[in-house]
Amino acid sequence: MQETVIRSADADAASRVVVHLNNVAIAYRLKDGGSYEAVAPATLSISEGEFVSIVGPTGCGKSTLLNAAAGLTTPSSGRVEIFGRRLDGLNGAAGYLFQEDALMPWKTAIDNVAIGLEVAGAPRRQALSTARALLDRVGLRGFADRYPHQLSGGQRKRVGLAQVLARQPKILLMDEPFGPLDAQTRILMGDLLLNLWQQDRKALLFVTHDLEEAIALSDRVVVMSSGPSSRLIGDFRIDLPRPRHIADIRVEPSFHALHREIWNTLKTEVQKAYELGEGKDL
Amino acid sequence: MNRARLLSLQVLVAVLGLAVWHVLTTTPLLGDPRKMQFFFSTPFDVLARCARDLEGSEIWRHLAITLTETGLAFVIGAGGGILIGFWFARQELLAAVFAPYVKAINALPRVVLAPIFALWFGLGIWSKVALGVTLVFFIVFFNVYQGVKEVSPVILSNARMLGMNERQLMRHVYWPSALSWMFSSLHTSVGFALVGAVVGEYLGASAGLGYTIQQAEGVFDVTGVFSGMLILAVVVVLVDNLVTLLERRLLVWRPGQATETARR
Repeated sequence: MQETVIRSADADAASRVVVHLNNVAIAYRLKDGGSYEAVAPATLSISEGEFVSIVGPTGCGKSTLLNAAAGLTTPSSGRVEIFGRRLDGLNGAAGYLFQEDALMPWKTAIDNVAIGLEVAGAPRRQALSTARALLDRVGLRGFADRYPHQLSGGQRKRVGLAQVLARQPKILLMDEPFGPLDAQTRILMGDLLLNLWQQDRKALLFVTHDLEEAIALSDRVVVMSSGPSSRLIGDFRIDLPRPRHIADIRVEPSFHALHREIWNTLKTEVQKAYELGEGKDL
Repeated sequence: MNRARLLSLQVLVAVLGLAVWHVLTTTPLLGDPRKMQFFFSTPFDVLARCARDLEGSEIWRHLAITLTETGLAFVIGAGGGILIGFWFARQELLAAVFAPYVKAINALPRVVLAPIFALWFGLGIWSKVALGVTLVFFIVFFNVYQGVKEVSPVILSNARMLGMNERQLMRHVYWPSALSWMFSSLHTSVGFALVGAVVGEYLGASAGLGYTIQQAEGVFDVTGVFSGMLILAVVVVLVDNLVTLLERRLLVWRPGQATETARR
């Protein structure tokens, strides 16, 4: 797929854009016949090797937008383009790390990692050895034969990460993957992710509600407004040097300047979402 | 509580029960002992009869027949339940159309089917197997159906993103999920297979444990009835323990499985 794009006329520009959301809007049909627009037409491009985060208040539709890029949700208008081709069905070039536990509880850690390779036709032996190497890389040597319920939340996330990386996807999509973890584990997982990503720099779209996490990890932070009809309201370049260590980078003065700048945009939206939520609950 | 203490308390309950039974049937506390023994027998008589029966070959033949019927009822009922449960869970229209009929048949007390099955399949083992199948089938069917339906949508999405096609989803996601639900009802379904066999024998047969109990009842042989029940109870406990062992082997992946089986 990639090669055809490179050979096309506007090769230079097209080869760099991996994911292009072109005026993508997402609406749900309601029972009373009306429709609810979760995401207003949004345009966003992610280039090769770029780490992009989407931040926004809870319930703003960031995950919905991510699901559109994965092909798990079909846009009500606009189009999703992957390597310049319109996405139809699931995005086979993408690996998706879910917020919730998505491991198969009846498979051991190593089988969970190997399964993506096995269903793609790899011989079991080879799949297992690749999986074992990946478990080593995410720091789970010796945990290969554990079942998910015998692992901690952070360890399960590591298995999930290995599972996604096993298929060597060209695009990585992550939906608040470290959301359920405690603060220390999140920092460790963030460092692990940066470390792994640094090695082959795939296009990565990362959804989070944690602005600090977004800045520490990303090349670009995109801010989304509160729902309904959420829009992209800010696009900030994070030019902090790499390689980064999350705990260290968070005390840098440039980090704070960026944080202040983005937070100014995000703040009003968070307040809006909060007030809206208060009203809804009553 | 430690195991030894638990076991000794459990034995104590049995000893106390037997003692009360013995005292009430051999002393004139509640009335004439001979009359009491006619209605309730005595623990020693029952145990003696058990021992005598187990020495002979007759009871083993009956037991073998009952267990054969149980095994066949379980295998056929579970097989059918898995197949139809899977099929219905994947075909929503089919499930919706048949839902009221499934419910109606399941609501029917199975005992009323026994004479019909005797008529259709004769007095041999197959009428008992049929009765057991009608019990086992529905338990397994509902559990497998639920197991397929209740697969976590996140696990399903993840499996799809990992590149699984429909056939691979069946094998790696739906099937293990359905099996885990089925195994969690294994105790119930195996128990019901046995119930089907014994009830069927009781209502019309020429062999089996249910038949021996019914024969003893026919001649007011209370000791015979009780000894038959005792043998049946021991068999049920043994079969149930076997199921627990099997379950522990097959569901190692399930959270809380180890502690749950330990408590049993």
